[in-house]
Amino acid sequence: MNVLTPRTRAEIEWQRDRYPQARSAVLPSLWAVQHQLGYLSPEGMAEVAELLRLTPSEVEAVASFYSMYFDHPGGRHHVLVCINVSCALRGAEEIVSHLERRLGCPSGGTTEDGAFTWEQTVECLGACGGAPAMQVDHHFQENLTPERVDAILDGVRGAPAGEGPQARPHSSRGSSAPRAS
Amino acid sequence: MAEYKLLTKDFGMDGIQSLAVYERSGGYEGLRKALGTMTPDELVEEVKTSGIRGRGGAGFPTGLKWSFLPKGVHPRYLCVNADESEPGCFKDRALIDENPHQLIEGTLIAAYAIQAPIAFIYIRGEYHDQRLLLERCVEEARAAGYIGQGILGSDFSCDIIIHGGAGAYICGEETALIDSLEGFRGQPRLKPPFPAVKGLYGKPTVVNNVETLSNLPHIVIRGGAWFASVGAEKSTGTRLFCCSGHINRPGTYEMQLGTPIRELLEDECRGIWKGHSLKAFQPGGGSMQVLLPEHLDLPLEMDAVQKAGSALGAGAMVFMDETTCMVDVSMRLVDFYQHESCGKCAPCREGTYFESDLMHRLEAGVLTPAELSTLTDICDNMNGKCFCPLGDTATWFVMSAYQAFRGEFEEHCGAGGCPVKQRNAQLVSA
Repeated sequence: MNVLTPRTRAEIEWQRDRYPQARSAVLPSLWAVQHQLGYLSPEGMAEVAELLRLTPSEVEAVASFYSMYFDHPGGRHHVLVCINVSCALRGAEEIVSHLERRLGCPSGGTTEDGAFTWEQTVECLGACGGAPAMQVDHHFQENLTPERVDAILDGVRGAPAGEGPQARPHSSRGSSAPRAS
Repeated sequence: MAEYKLLTKDFGMDGIQSLAVYERSGGYEGLRKALGTMTPDELVEEVKTSGIRGRGGAGFPTGLKWSFLPKGVHPRYLCVNADESEPGCFKDRALIDENPHQLIEGTLIAAYAIQAPIAFIYIRGEYHDQRLLLERCVEEARAAGYIGQGILGSDFSCDIIIHGGAGAYICGEETALIDSLEGFRGQPRLKPPFPAVKGLYGKPTVVNNVETLSNLPHIVIRGGAWFASVGAEKSTGTRLFCCSGHINRPGTYEMQLGTPIRELLEDECRGIWKGHSLKAFQPGGGSMQVLLPEHLDLPLEMDAVQKAGSALGAGAMVFMDETTCMVDVSMRLVDFYQHESCGKCAPCREGTYFESDLMHRLEAGVLTPAELSTLTDICDNMNGKCFCPLGDTATWFVMSAYQAFRGEFEEHCGAGGCPVKQRNAQLVSA
């Protein structure tokens, strides 16, 4: 009994066939599984293994190396807050404590209503020019203040799972654009 | 001296992410010229003449790197390193967001130079929207005949595959990137053999940074000699500097190499914020040693900054004002390396753990002076003794900060909290 939909399986097969070696498709395949299931279940990984002609343990060994794959289900929306140096210098701690209060759970936790899973990360998100910054459902949100965080979360809450609004697809000077002084 | 806009000249242009607008701005003329008028060997020579050095951090001459490929061994592969994850660095993201076709054109030019039938753009997982943008652009370029069989009527064929990572700083190291691209845990490989000889799928492989490749259309159009006339003698061209921290105008600024750091800080970043003063800065991202206000007159030039005991690295400038606790900054960077250590070699895996534990207790003010003195030992047992540069660089900032701000480190011992933060709080309440 497959847990992956025909669409996800087709995506994995397409990925597999476009690389010189099928194994190269492991990461893109795991993304496809996570996109469908919200996390990497053992059954989902076993299907990746079957489609790529690997063993389940080979796929699990790869999955566990990368920090963006989830090994358990989370909230409908994912919030990732950068606490590395550039964000820390401009108030990341205030954003983190605000999220803790507002969402009522510590970093790594999920809200009671299942709307949000949030975590802080020491991995620099690459938004230092717009620090402090976070990502909501993979989209950058920069120049945060507690008020802006509230507005962003309110806007996301009702959106379909994993599809928070995109902040600014292309600003006048791109990511981390300089602000007026 | 103001910004020198070469790679960023079309930043902010309406619709530049579309092929039509990019073409109207002269886009893909570099590829057309390379394919139509230059042999691959001539192209490699032109890039050597330009003197361009890699923009990913190590600063290795690009043309020379290409020429290491063994003659007559095929297929060869090109990997574009868009795994930008260095703390403080966001220039490659800007180059993708603001001019994705420039990167794709540069990628195709490099692929032609080394005769690669496939180029892989390995982009970090966090750059989700940037990956989707590149995928759209590749499809657009393919439909227009810039990617695929017999590009622009030549006998050169090349495909581009956008490959998303999934959260691992180490995959920016070229052999770890190759491991990850092959579908393994991203752990570095022993060198030699270097990727040029035995890389992706065991074949000769070149790994180049996003910014390096974004320069190529300009080098082809305007010539290597012209490019070499821009910037400094051994640091030719421009670089995108990612400026962040306690400054009035954070952002990416393209500067001619050789410009004094002070001009970047004062003219582009508009100085330190809130009327505060500069305490320290990092000139090359999280991996590089701390520099002090006395270093502001150094030129933005790779060798000069290296002589001062640091490096331009990936071009990330993090400025810190006088309220900054250097122990706190060191702790955050050490935490980063501890989190990102791939676990392959013991000095890095264990060393970053010891460093992190020690720095947390120091910042909390519960470390003894005797324990603090072991920091040097820990770092000595890592620096130069790790499998790859991640473990070495995990010691560089903290050691340089410990040397430059020894009193501040010692003051934390047994203080029962962070003395710098306590002073800041008093200043605010006074």
